[in-house]
Amino acid sequence: MKEPIKPYGDTLNDGMVQLSFTLPVENGPRAMKAAEVYVSQLNFNKISVVHAQKISDGFTYFMVYAEANPSIDYSTIEATEMEFEHMDFYTINALIKETLNRPLRVVGGTIGNDAHTVGIDAIMNMKGYNQDYGLERYPEIDADNLGSQIPCQEMVEYAVRHHADAILVSQTVTQKDSHILHLTELIDLLDKQGLRDQYLLLAGGAKISHELAIKLGYDAGFGPGTLPSQVASLLITKIIERAA
Amino acid sequence: MPQIPINTQQITKSKQLAKEIADQVQLFINDHASVSVERSVLRLYGVDGIDHNDTPLPNRLVEILQQQGDLNGGISRPFASAMLKSGLNAQQTAEQVEQGQLKLDNIANFSSIELDNREQALALEAIKVMDRSNARKHAKIAKNPLPPQPWRYLIVATGNIYEDCTQAESAAYSGADMIAVIRSTAQSLIDYVPYGPTTEGFGGTYATQANFRIMRDTLDKASIEQGRHIRLVNYASGLCMAEIAACAAFEDLDVLLNDSMYGILFRDINMQRTFIDQHFSRLICARAKILINTGEDNYLTTADAVDNAHTVTASQLINEAMAKNAGLTDDLLGLGHAFEINPEIENAFLYELAHAELARALFPDAPLKYMPPTKYKSTDIFYSHCMDTLFNMASVMTHQGIHLTGILTEALHTPLMQDRYKSISSVNYVFNAARGLGDELEYKQNGFIVKRAQQVLDEAEALLERTKLDGLMQTIEQGAFGDIKRPMEGGKGLEGVFEKGVNYTNPVMDLLEGRS
Ligand code: B12
Repeated sequence: MKEPIKPYGDTLNDGMVQLSFTLPVENGPRAMKAAEVYVSQLNFNKISVVHAQKISDGFTYFMVYAEANPSIDYSTIEATEMEFEHMDFYTINALIKETLNRPLRVVGGTIGNDAHTVGIDAIMNMKGYNQDYGLERYPEIDADNLGSQIPCQEMVEYAVRHHADAILVSQTVTQKDSHILHLTELIDLLDKQGLRDQYLLLAGGAKISHELAIKLGYDAGFGPGTLPSQVASLLITKIIERAA
Repeated sequence: MPQIPINTQQITKSKQLAKEIADQVQLFINDHASVSVERSVLRLYGVDGIDHNDTPLPNRLVEILQQQGDLNGGISRPFASAMLKSGLNAQQTAEQVEQGQLKLDNIANFSSIELDNREQALALEAIKVMDRSNARKHAKIAKNPLPPQPWRYLIVATGNIYEDCTQAESAAYSGADMIAVIRSTAQSLIDYVPYGPTTEGFGGTYATQANFRIMRDTLDKASIEQGRHIRLVNYASGLCMAEIAACAAFEDLDVLLNDSMYGILFRDINMQRTFIDQHFSRLICARAKILINTGEDNYLTTADAVDNAHTVTASQLINEAMAKNAGLTDDLLGLGHAFEINPEIENAFLYELAHAELARALFPDAPLKYMPPTKYKSTDIFYSHCMDTLFNMASVMTHQGIHLTGILTEALHTPLMQDRYKSISSVNYVFNAARGLGDELEYKQNGFIVKRAQQVLDEAEALLERTKLDGLMQTIEQGAFGDIKRPMEGGKGLEGVFEKGVNYTNPVMDLLEGRS
């Protein structure tokens, strides 16, 4: 069944959207007209340029309300979603014990020249995140957090030496796609050494989606608000899948 | 002006402890130098430019001396000797050395009086570089005065210095008093200062002397248009602290982020290296009247902002003492702190006021650097904008010095032109509407805010006691600051440290420290 949808303001299907942007022109009636014409080319109707403000010589900032024309069929929309049951600390530990009969070994860090550690620390360190214990706290997980700015080669060598089951990488800086660059570098390195299938590979960071991680060849990707227990749940779920 | 009653004896005692801690570190610093200190001396003597591999000449010359095994005497004397031999200026001499036409090992050819005189003349020229910069800044401020505090500090970070200028012009138009050009990701880890104008950076723009000049010109024009002196800020922390200070002195920068603790904790720079570099860097800043900013605010991104508020205070006190050891005066101390408490905590704003008032009371004459919320900024930009509004209120109420303008898109990207405009408009609104509020208020004796400030100071004092016993380097090893542990022999740059030989000379340092 088709499910056509449009943005909602205060009446179903009114298509109401709020926009703001800057044009490299001096403010004035022509600038306001230009903003309106520009928005009309984005396929909007009933455009009102509600605010225009000079923010530098030759630059004007606009706020616009407008009604969007297109509607889409929601029934055709699909997204890459992770499928796993979110379990608690005790269940996860018990499952690891039952499945592996040895600790699950995890190595993690921030690769490339990215110095942001708060995200990976939130997942791996004892303290955890938002009242949810970090992986180091799990008796059945051996978690080694290598820290930040770890060269990919070093990460791989460490994983090999410590017989890791999973490699967890964090990437925060996304300017000029540097996260993609680094995440790809790690995959390429593993591929080259024939190690790609030896490890569960997880990527995470403020701008990492599961979809992106899958596209880059990782097993899963985690974005903002991730809890350590979600990560641990996914790890053991995948390990059970692989064993089967 | 301090609004919060604090035991003055306790302040005196804490400052005394901090001084003893700084003095212990100073003993280590005095016996050591680093490759980057030596490169700074060359820069101040007038050596600039790069070789055919894009390696800066100051790096090449110091490498040559190091390969000869002569580094522990310092670069000054061998270089003075090379100049005597060549009869050319510093730059030409450096080029000849780089090309192998001239050696750095012929000290014996000249009498020690000749060498002393040549070194002294070079050092006096170096001092003039700093003094001239100071004089130029004075002249500019005489024409276009400094605005009232808190000074509105805005960042630009496009990666392209020319685009940065466009963004800076817009910020100045909307009210910025200070423009900071954020450096490219990980520049702090490269052991040289890149050369020339640059148009490609990651998350920021390379700090080069040419980029400094390009932005200075833009801000000079904007200052005239706006009728207020708009200050230029860059970042020295990293492996080239002193060299960046030298470049900044050439190009009339007003402010440098200048904090080795930041480098150690957040960039994993070796602590021995960066304490040595910091001292020379700060001596240069003191002479050229470059205001320094310190990075304590960052501790609250990796450690909890309530539990660890006292680590900020303790570190500010230590940083103040180290700065004074380099001759920096109160008006040049932009000691850092931040508004980083989890907004979901009840009375978070009261904690923030307590911390801000405490900093104000401890350093009444310093233009404190106040960092906006960053870690708890939401991708809901409207919510983030509200957080900044509250921060703006705290800043103006508690008379902060340097107001790092919070940006509504902090959790997303480096600011777009329109993001910056929105943020400054909130600052302008709040600063204007509440300008005199802080002067009207007194805090309740034994109320929440006064008690909280006292508690933080007590905890800071205890941490200082412990640091004095163990030593600063050992305390950092134990992870006392920012919840981050760094070993004394670890991190980047230790190989660039050397013990000064008996024949070591650095007449620039001697003059800056008032020794000759
Ligand atoms: C704190 C901080 C810093 C601190 C970092 C301290 C540290 N040791 O980590 C310092 C001051 C050092 C810093 C430096 C820089 N920063 Co910064 N920083 C931030 C800030 C304010 C908060 C980030 C944070 O800690 N978030 C809290 C954590 C808990 O969230 P998280 O990382 O998203 O993690 C969660 C999930 O994503 C997930 N997750 C994360 N990693 C992983 C990994 C795995 C395996 C899994 C499963 C899950 C997972 O789980 C976590 C918990 O839920 C952000 C702004 C913001 N509010 O986001 C800017 C920000 C990230 N920084 C930014 C920039 C540009 C920089 C610099 C490059 C600036 C510069 N030019 O010098 C430098 C980086 C230098 C370098 N070499 O990397 C930009 C990035 C822009 C972009 N998208 O590219 C931001 C967005 C600020 C901005 N608006 O400009 N920064």
